[in-house]
Amino acid sequence: MSDVLFDQPGPKARARHNVMTAAAGAVLVGLAAVMLWKLWQEGEFEAELWEDLAQPNIAQAILDGIVATVSAAASGIVLSVIFGGLFAVGRLSEHAWVRWPARVVVEFFRAVPLLLLIIFIFYGFQDYLGTYWSLVIALMLYNGSVLSEVFRAGMLAVPTGQSEAAYAVGMRKNQVMRLVLLPQAVTIMLPAIISQCVIVLKDTALGVIISYPELVFQGQLIAEYVKHAIVPLALIAVIFIVMNYSLSKLAVFVERRFAQRGHSSAKKTAQVEAGALDQSGGA
Amino acid sequence: MDTLINNRDAIWSGFQTTLWLLLIAGVLATVMGTILAAFRVSPIGSLRAFGTSYVNVFRNTPLVLVLALAIAVIPTLGFNDLAFSIAGREFTTFFTVAMFGLAFYTAAFVCEAVRSGVNSVSTGQAEAARSIGMTFTQSLRLIVLPQAFRTVIPPLTSIYIALAKNTSVAAIFGVPEAAYQMRRLSNKYTSDIWYIFVGIAVGYIIIVLTISLISSLVERKVAVVR
Repeated sequence: MSDVLFDQPGPKARARHNVMTAAAGAVLVGLAAVMLWKLWQEGEFEAELWEDLAQPNIAQAILDGIVATVSAAASGIVLSVIFGGLFAVGRLSEHAWVRWPARVVVEFFRAVPLLLLIIFIFYGFQDYLGTYWSLVIALMLYNGSVLSEVFRAGMLAVPTGQSEAAYAVGMRKNQVMRLVLLPQAVTIMLPAIISQCVIVLKDTALGVIISYPELVFQGQLIAEYVKHAIVPLALIAVIFIVMNYSLSKLAVFVERRFAQRGHSSAKKTAQVEAGALDQSGGA
Repeated sequence: MDTLINNRDAIWSGFQTTLWLLLIAGVLATVMGTILAAFRVSPIGSLRAFGTSYVNVFRNTPLVLVLALAIAVIPTLGFNDLAFSIAGREFTTFFTVAMFGLAFYTAAFVCEAVRSGVNSVSTGQAEAARSIGMTFTQSLRLIVLPQAFRTVIPPLTSIYIALAKNTSVAAIFGVPEAAYQMRRLSNKYTSDIWYIFVGIAVGYIIIVLTISLISSLVERKVAVVR
């Protein structure tokens, strides 16, 4: 609750708020009831459908979908972190011939819709890659570019004393980046990486366009099989919400842990970045 | 290269559809997101709970699924014929449903941006508004939101950029926008895929750059010194 907009309510205001809460609640419940009643009338919840959905092959299909989604997302995020690390270092390079290509690549892949990348990689290289790797590589290019900006901000947020100390003990630029700045940036940015995992997990759903058998694709197959779309798709949505909501909670938890450990100077940037990622969303 | 030139009409009409989707869904999402943000900061518990659950549901569901559900639910609720036309351009029911799906999805992100903007307005502003006797709605509408919108321009810009890219998802459901044209052409002229990809990608990059440009102009115009 925001305390910007109203004072702590007194007894009268509290009573008034309670009445309004009840009234607004009744309106919202009423709207939901009208919608559900309409769907029920159209036969979206009939007994036959639930019998069809209770068959073991449906559960198997959903399980296969979860495995496919999670494995593509896991490969995608691991490769994105590697890609992001490489290109973050590239963009901070002293050599213009490294810095500029890295910048062009990152800016390009950040600006192009992921779906375009998936279609391009699939139609261009499907003979070599197949659906799984087409999806994973597209996820890597897009999310890796986003993460490289996050890491870059993280490396710039590492206190300058760290790199000065590293130079003072005789490390080269390469070593300073690789051994001192990047590891710290990645730890600072762990909450942001976890938030990015939510986006990757959601983005794997774009695999439907190349018929990669992830959750949404399975949901559509089930919908065709039971001849009703709403309940199966809502079920898939619930699975996604549970997975992503727990991941976001994990990100908040990790962020708190780091805040306690006192990465004070870098903490703020990490929060800002995590917030920015949260808001821009992905597909 | 010839493929792009020979199909320029299809590509151009694809980008027009993309822009219409972006424009209408963007306006709808901004309005809905602002209302949701008002719900989330209001003293009325049930509205707050609704706002919170709306945001959690839509932020954690893939857009593809939101669109698939919109396409399943909206016609079943009795809205079968949503075709309309603006300025002599016909839009199909699928376009309208995809547009609403995009707006529902994006509204959750707009809501969070506006809410963080509301929380960034200093407490004294709303206190002053209350002390001269403004109601909750008045202080929100006249004092807090105008200031909040200034601070949320950068996050809103990234939301609109994400929306511009997300309109491509409508291609999965057969809305003939730019990504749909790209897929169709890639299928037809597989050997020219590099030209097709780069051509369509440049189109999207121009849209994204235009949004950032407009946003920085607006930001400069409404900037206030605090």
